[in-house]
Amino acid sequence: MSTTAFDPGQHAAAPELADVLPPRKRRGRVAMFVYRHPTIAAGGLLLAIIVAIAIFAPLLGTVDPTALAPARRTRPPNAQYWFGTDMLGRDVYSRVLYGARVSLIVGFAVAACSAVLGMFIGLVSGFVRWMDAVVMRIMDGIMSIPSILLAIALMALTRGSVQNVIIAITVAEVPRVSRLVRGVVLTLREQPYVEAAVASGTQMPKIILKHILPNTLAPITVQATFICASAMITEAILSFIGAGTPPIIPSWGNIMAEGRALWQVKPYIVFFPAVFLSITVLAVNLLGDGLRDALDPRLAKRI
Amino acid sequence: MYAYAARRILSTIPVMAVVALFVFSLLYIAPGDPAAIIAGDQATPADVDRIRASLGLDRPFLVRFGEWVWHVLNGDLGQSIFTNLPVTHMIAQRIEPTLSLMVLTLILSIAIAVPAGVLAAWKHGTWIDRLVMIMAVAGFSVPVFVVGYVLAYTFALQLDVLPVQGYTPIANGIGPWLRNLVLPAVTLGSAFIALIARITRATMLEVLNQDYVRTAKSKGVDQHAILFVHALKNAAVPIVTIIGLGVAGLIGGAVVTESVFAIPGVGRLVVDAILRRDYPVIQGVVLMFSFVYVLVNLCVDLLYTVFDPRIRY
Repeated sequence: MSTTAFDPGQHAAAPELADVLPPRKRRGRVAMFVYRHPTIAAGGLLLAIIVAIAIFAPLLGTVDPTALAPARRTRPPNAQYWFGTDMLGRDVYSRVLYGARVSLIVGFAVAACSAVLGMFIGLVSGFVRWMDAVVMRIMDGIMSIPSILLAIALMALTRGSVQNVIIAITVAEVPRVSRLVRGVVLTLREQPYVEAAVASGTQMPKIILKHILPNTLAPITVQATFICASAMITEAILSFIGAGTPPIIPSWGNIMAEGRALWQVKPYIVFFPAVFLSITVLAVNLLGDGLRDALDPRLAKRI
Repeated sequence: MYAYAARRILSTIPVMAVVALFVFSLLYIAPGDPAAIIAGDQATPADVDRIRASLGLDRPFLVRFGEWVWHVLNGDLGQSIFTNLPVTHMIAQRIEPTLSLMVLTLILSIAIAVPAGVLAAWKHGTWIDRLVMIMAVAGFSVPVFVVGYVLAYTFALQLDVLPVQGYTPIANGIGPWLRNLVLPAVTLGSAFIALIARITRATMLEVLNQDYVRTAKSKGVDQHAILFVHALKNAAVPIVTIIGLGVAGLIGGAVVTESVFAIPGVGRLVVDAILRRDYPVIQGVVLMFSFVYVLVNLCVDLLYTVFDPRIRY
């Protein structure tokens, strides 16, 4: 009798049920996610739209964002030039759309670089006792320099390029990630399961890779999101005051810097990049807030 | 208490030493030849050599660093490459507008943000709470110069109630001084207000759940007394900490705000110095602002014992 209970024929009945369920389940899952994490959904969607705009900028009815046309200077927004033209006759709509690329590249690159570097420094000073004091004093010192001023000082000594902007902002952000990672490492290494791993003779690299690293990922992800947002603002500020992305590349900060002289009479040149920058930063911040609440509610106080 | 204060004050020395070393060594670790970059593309080799000599790049690092630190300790931040004036002199000329702006922003931000955060925590979960939080997220996300332009456009150009830009020294009267500074202060404060309001709300929520707050409520203590005496005093330490840390953002923001509102302060000095690649000026301003920031946080740490007498260290 027992053989009939495991008769494959009976098992074949199961897929019948599965055929009915998945569509409902999948729809429910998306709705459930949006319901449970509204900020992640909203921030993610907004950010996805901006990323799409940046990638598909050439297909969105834009012209060459650097094309000069003195004949049609400072036209207000109209049917042909949706966001108007600037004082050199360049199409503000095209410039703003291409400008998204600079902000996103700087934001993501700084977030990634400072997360990786900060994780490395944090792990080293969390594990190597004699280096901890020295490394952390250096980090304290760098953190005592207001980050925009630090970036300004670095940019004054290098030639303006997107790459140098990324390096300058990363240097200012790394100490924060290092401190965070070090803090997590110091609490983790006292945990019984880590002590057990040490006692049972697990190799150090394996302990770091298997037990410590995975636990630092959640706080780092959240921190990296906020770094991404602040890096985009810093890039815009640097470009705005003339120490960032070279003027030849359209970035939101550059467009605003160029519109600055005329803002009282032609406010739209400053207005459009400002709106795009604010929305992008808002999207990333919403994503960060949502991730923090979803991944680790205790983090809410630490960051 | 005094031993703690003394130890805390001493601990700022290594931090400032690292700051000085870092700001100084940027000249040496920057890629390329800083003298050539500072001199610009049209410079002759003689210009580059002159700048290299004036920055001391032709002499050994340690000798030069020792000299520089000795001069800084004696109140000499070097000379501007562009104007040949002492950097301390240039900063002193520009410090009043910047100091006015930052102090006013600090007062304004605390006066707006702390009550807003307390209100949001008290009315937790209601539309007031949500409104405060939405404003806080927005304040974080809208960059300082965007806030500046929107405010200037609305209040100065459209409504014509406040001056668009400029600065009036406090010696010319409090009224004109304040009229010129209100918009810049609100602009600079926007992110700061968001930061303080958020942390105030979070800490107050925690404190309001404590037993002693429930006890106070049940014995009929006035609602306002509970909020502002029992709860806020106990929530003060994190709030004051975040205010101290936020001063860094305030300093960075001041550079931009001064550009937007054409205020002739230290921030403008830095921006002009960038365009001329006048590194000694940038170096001096970075060093001075970092020192201010370290001092502010020293004061914050010393204030802890006032708010929470249990903290003895």
